[in-house]
Amino acid sequence: MDSYTTKKRINKLIIYIILIIVAFIMIVPFAWMILTALKTNQEAISVNPFYIFPAHGWHWENFATVWKSYNFLILYKNTLLMIFLRVVCACLTATMAGYAFGRLKFPGKNALFSLVLIQMMVPGQIFIIPQYLMISKLGMMNTQFALVFPGLVTAFGTYLLKTGYEGLPKDLEEAAGLDGCNVGQKFLLIMMPLTRSSMVSLGIFTAVFAFKDLMWPMIVCTEAKTTTLSAALAKMQGQYNNDYPAMMAAATLAVVPMLVIYVIFQKQFVEGIATSGGKL
Amino acid sequence: MKKQKQKMSIAQKKEAIWSYFFVAPTIIGLVVLNIYPIFNTIYQSFFKTGDFGRGNIFIGIDNYTKLLGNAEIWQAFWNTIKYAIIEVPFGIAIALVLAVFLNKKLAGTSVFRTIFFLPMVCAPAAVAMVWKWLYNTQFGLLNNIFGTKIEWISNPKITWISIGIIGVWSIIGYNMVLFISGLQEIPGDYYEAARIDGASEIRQFFDITIPLLSPTTFFIVQTRIIGALTVFDLMFMVMDKTNAALGKVQSVVYLFYQYSFTNGDKGTGAALVVILLVFIMVITVILQTAEKKLVYHN
Repeated sequence: MDSYTTKKRINKLIIYIILIIVAFIMIVPFAWMILTALKTNQEAISVNPFYIFPAHGWHWENFATVWKSYNFLILYKNTLLMIFLRVVCACLTATMAGYAFGRLKFPGKNALFSLVLIQMMVPGQIFIIPQYLMISKLGMMNTQFALVFPGLVTAFGTYLLKTGYEGLPKDLEEAAGLDGCNVGQKFLLIMMPLTRSSMVSLGIFTAVFAFKDLMWPMIVCTEAKTTTLSAALAKMQGQYNNDYPAMMAAATLAVVPMLVIYVIFQKQFVEGIATSGGKL
Repeated sequence: MKKQKQKMSIAQKKEAIWSYFFVAPTIIGLVVLNIYPIFNTIYQSFFKTGDFGRGNIFIGIDNYTKLLGNAEIWQAFWNTIKYAIIEVPFGIAIALVLAVFLNKKLAGTSVFRTIFFLPMVCAPAAVAMVWKWLYNTQFGLLNNIFGTKIEWISNPKITWISIGIIGVWSIIGYNMVLFISGLQEIPGDYYEAARIDGASEIRQFFDITIPLLSPTTFFIVQTRIIGALTVFDLMFMVMDKTNAALGKVQSVVYLFYQYSFTNGDKGTGAALVVILLVFIMVITVILQTAEKKLVYHN
């Protein structure tokens, strides 16, 4: 019995050591990003002596430099507004369509749902050239609308919400029907509130992937004042080629807002991605 | 159709009208944003993109023959496959081990989960910038710690591995979270019974966890293969256009972006993305066939 518990303890210890090593590997790039952002370029590229921490004070001015030259306030606004609008559009259209596909009967249902499945099966790059040409023909280049455009509807979200509605018990709806509710009332008052967790998952999923998107904003919003954080970083990299602290300051500014939101709502984030990602 | 309509009661008709109202925004959106673009991309792949106001010229399959005769394209496919060969198996194996550890309900697991998941909420553009700095040959952290002079992202022989490492680092948290929710669906009694029979933990892992988790594993493998085959951000952000190693790491989607938007040659870009579509479809069919053989069904 004694040797069993020691063996268990050793097992536990090994697990913790592995977890700590991996955690260290995950954190080091972030730590190095922030530490570099606080150094002078001279310090950042001094190999000998090798500085881990900024030796001559913390140089917050790197942040001020990139903040001003790239007007991060506008970048934050563009990015957050794009995320907000995409989340609203995705949740709104997906919950309506998801309800109809999940709970209602109508001619042509399978044919229409196959459109959803087709969209999910093909790689997203195939949509980009025509979507770009539409934006260009509409004269909407460099607008907020262009950023939201590909996310106006969501096949994946429709699929996710359909599954959510299918999982709800049947009697609720029947009881509401006996009380004289029409389909719209049943949807709004009874069914939709019950799929709140699916909607939260979809919202988080949409927000994270909108935030991460790089190619689309680079294509349709080429001006610095209309683009998103991701696409602006790509531009900055060309500009601050060898100014490492400035680049790391820009990278820090770009990731910090989402990181803060994530750390506050981490349970919802992880669960939202797990439940929705698992159905992708 | 008409017959069906006559059979429908008033209530059924009402339900159908509501249904069309509910699905209309999504269906119209999908047709405009996705279904039409699929056909339009295929259509455009048969045209030479005209310059400055001149219309596109129909050239049949010339874009395809040109692409398939171009060594750069074959190299890009090979580069993409090599990236997938690193990202998919390592990203999944490491994530699985971490998920099993975190599922043991030890103290502090939620802190570890939060940390491992961090890269998921970061813009890949920023992640790539940071890694590029870590990989810097002269001043980078990695070479300084290990006292090496490795040209992580400029030596064509190893750059694909360096990029693959960023991919793995970025994805393990995501895969891990999916594995954890898969693990939680395995009934505890299986392990209980195995323990009574005296099976070791490693034995339990291979005899219970692996087979019962196989639907989750298969799902992650499938999504990650497709994700890896459409990789773009890492190559775009890490590799400068003047980097000599670029040709050995640029992915198919990277070339698609270059052709379509940097060079403005949409016809060639469209043909390339259609080839990619066919390639991914073939892989999906192979995976679906494999699923029936490999995945454990209750």
